[in-house]
Formats: sequence, structure tokens, C-alpha cells
Amino acid sequence: MTERKIRVIIAKPGLDGHDRGAKVVARALRDAGMEVIYTGLRQTPEMIAETALQEDVDVVGVSILSGAHMGLVPRLVDLLRANGQENVKVFVGGIIPESDVLELLKLGVLAVYGPGTSSSQYVAEIQRAVWGQTTA
Amino acid sequence: MSASGIELAEGALAGNRLALARLLTQVENDTPAGRMGLDWLFPRAGRAHLIGITGSPGTGKSSLVNRIALSYRNPMAGLAARTVGVVAIDPTSPFSGGALLGDRVRMRDLAGDSGVFIRSMAARGALGGLARQTAAAVQVMDAVGFEVILIETVGAGQSEVDIARLAQTTIVVEAPGLGDEIQAIKAGILEIADILVINKADRPGVENTERALRSMLEMGHHHHLPDHLNAGITGAQPEAEEWQPPVLKTVATDGKGTDELVVAIERHLAYLKRHGEWQRRQYARLMNELEVLVQGALVERWRSALPEDLYEEVVAQLCERSISPYQALEKLVHD
Repeated sequence: MTERKIRVIIAKPGLDGHDRGAKVVARALRDAGMEVIYTGLRQTPEMIAETALQEDVDVVGVSILSGAHMGLVPRLVDLLRANGQENVKVFVGGIIPESDVLELLKLGVLAVYGPGTSSSQYVAEIQRAVWGQTTA
Repeated sequence: MSASGIELAEGALAGNRLALARLLTQVENDTPAGRMGLDWLFPRAGRAHLIGITGSPGTGKSSLVNRIALSYRNPMAGLAARTVGVVAIDPTSPFSGGALLGDRVRMRDLAGDSGVFIRSMAARGALGGLARQTAAAVQVMDAVGFEVILIETVGAGQSEVDIARLAQTTIVVEAPGLGDEIQAIKAGILEIADILVINKADRPGVENTERALRSMLEMGHHHHLPDHLNAGITGAQPEAEEWQPPVLKTVATDGKGTDELVVAIERHLAYLKRHGEWQRRQYARLMNELEVLVQGALVERWRSALPEDLYEEVVAQLCERSISPYQALEKLVHD
């Protein structure tokens, strides 16, 4: 029995236009066998939550470099919950101050990945979170 | 958490978008729940207009889907808005089994509209431009009441003829300057077109593309009398009318020509209904779907009844070239 395919959204909320990191992560997740829905730049939390719903994803990854994470991420988590998708795992990539990382984790965010995180780390953590175990 | 297929189907029919999304996942993974949901919904399907959009990569299929959907949602005066489902298929990596599904990037104008539902699908190894479960996913959207369903193919451009079996109206998208008019013609993709679109028509070379497409179409139709001659003979009876695929020019990024495209789609729909083509295509499509299912089931049954070592032994003989593929077939299927 093969493992169920993991479906992930990689989104860039907010106004900064730097999507290189998001694209690198999208590529790494694809190479790990996941189906990655890439949504492009300047997504609102509402747009991301709507996509998460239509695509019935397991995971939402957001890349934020603008510093607006404490506005965007809690809003996204609330919207997912309101749509009945409280089981969807959310991870954040970008440059996030230590104190905010703790706040985000308290909200139920799966992980916050800063620059230099290895792809094998986040791939394994996402797989464990969705499948309940590592398969490596 | 894990609702039954029928619960999901009931929810989806009642307009619960999460239930619809979850049912589509079950259908895509071909689970027992997905099959039950589809069984339950199937009698309700068959009303939607299924529109296929195919063509080479880079011709702007996703942007065009975005514009067609917008035109159906905000129609010209005199037409009613219609609900739109979108199924967009992207290739699966043969190495990792993963996929990058990027069609939504071009469809952001449709965000926030509850009359639109977009679903991305990975091809998961299927050839022919669609995923194996695309037809089933489309049945679900049809059954829960989406009036127009836009199906965007992978866009490998060469063998995307499966879409013509699934859709009632097939749109083939070209773009100037790709130099692949001849490629498309070779691959037979023009033959499946009910409507031809030259997108990116603000680019240089559009006249050449148009000329090439029109002359190809004329070649395909030269043995028929032109319409006005037919009309002269039969007294303007539309009986002898045959659909002539129109060639339209669009610029999907700014919406130029897309209302005209929707008018052409509607004309094709009227043509299908007037000539019994609607029923004929539905019959052909369902027969094809059934045939695929039967083939899959028969192969599975045959494999499970076959002694494992016999299969390996025959494959080994084949690799040593001590038997030919036909002899191998004889041993496996007829012995």
C-alpha cells in the first residue's frame, strides 16, 4: 500500500515580491513526491484559505519576508478553522524574530523555517505531521 | 473526520464546498468512498457543458480559462450568469511522483466568487493530457450543479486527444511565434478542435499563424460544399449544416476577444443540441469510460489469477529472446 499523496499549497501572502524562497521550497516538496499547488505572489489570507478549501490540502506553507507575519498568519489560521479545516498543517518560511516564532507555534503553526533550513528537514517534518510518522 | 462517500456527496450537493473538495480527493484517489459518492451522484450528472482547453505549453491556456470563466460569471447583456467549475491538470514528475500545480497563478481574478470552484489535478502518470480520474472528478462537479466545466489539459501538445472524448466543446489554443503550427497539425490536434483560438494575438506573427490554421482547416473541409452552395441547392435547409471550426483571436491577459470566444462556445453548444450531437458525444464518452474501467478490471482479475512464478518466468524468457512478445502473450493469456 503506497502512502497517500500529500497535497500542499505554497503561497506568498503580503506585499513583498520575493518569491525565490517559495519556489525553492515548492520544488523540494515536489521532488519529495508531494503535489504542490503554487499560487503566486500577493495572496490575501482569504485567497489562501479559499484555495486550501477547494484543493482539500493537507498542508499550507506561507513565505513571508515583509515582516507582516503577525497579522497574516493568525488570520490564515482563523480562516482555516472557520472553514472546518482545523486539521490542515500550517508552516511559515521567512525571516521571523525568535519571540514571534513562539507566538506562532502557540497558535498551532507546525513550524517556522528560517533561511538555511535544509529541505530534508522540512520534508521529513511535513511527512511526519501528515502521515503520523516518517517513512524514510 | 472520515465521512462516508454518500455523506460527502450529500454535503456537496447541498452546496458544502468542503464536502465537495473532500469528495473530489476521494474520487481522485479512486477510494471506495469516492466510488460510493460517485454512484450516488451519477444520476444527477449530464447537464453541464464540458469545455476542454488544450494546446502547447506557453500558449496561455490558464489565462484563457480565467477569462472564459469571468465571461460566464459576468456575461454580456441578455445572458444569464452561470456557475463555473474548473479542473486544471498539470504533469506529474516521473522521477519523484510529485507535481507542481501552477495553473491557479493565472486564475486569481476568480478568487472570492462562490459561483466558481477550481481544482488542480496532477496527471499521475496518465498520458493523453488528462489524469485517469479527471472524467470522474468532472462528473462530480456536473452532478452538484456547476453549469459550465472548464477542463484544462496538461499541454504537452502532441497527444492530447483524450480531451475531445471527454468534452463537448474542445478549444485548441495556439500562439504566434511558437513555430509549432506544423507540429500541432502533425499531431492531429487540430482535428479535435471545435474552436481554434490564437491567443497572444497582440504579438507579431499573428497573421502567419492565422493563415496557416485557416489553410489547414480548408484542406480538412475541401470535399464539402461551401455553405452558400449548399444553401442554394437545398433551399437553405440547415440539415446539411456542418460545424466549421471558427478561428478566433484573443489576448487573454487583457480580455480582448474573450467575449467573442464565449459567443462561439455558445454557438457550438446550440449546434450540438440541434443536431443530436450532444447525445451522440455523451454516448461515446460514457462508452469509452466504461471500456477503460472494464479493461482495468479484467487486467486486475487476470493478474490475480496468474501464478506469480509463471509471469516472471515468461518475462525472463522474453528478455533472453528465447520467445517473442507474441509467444509470451500466448503463454500468459491462452495457456
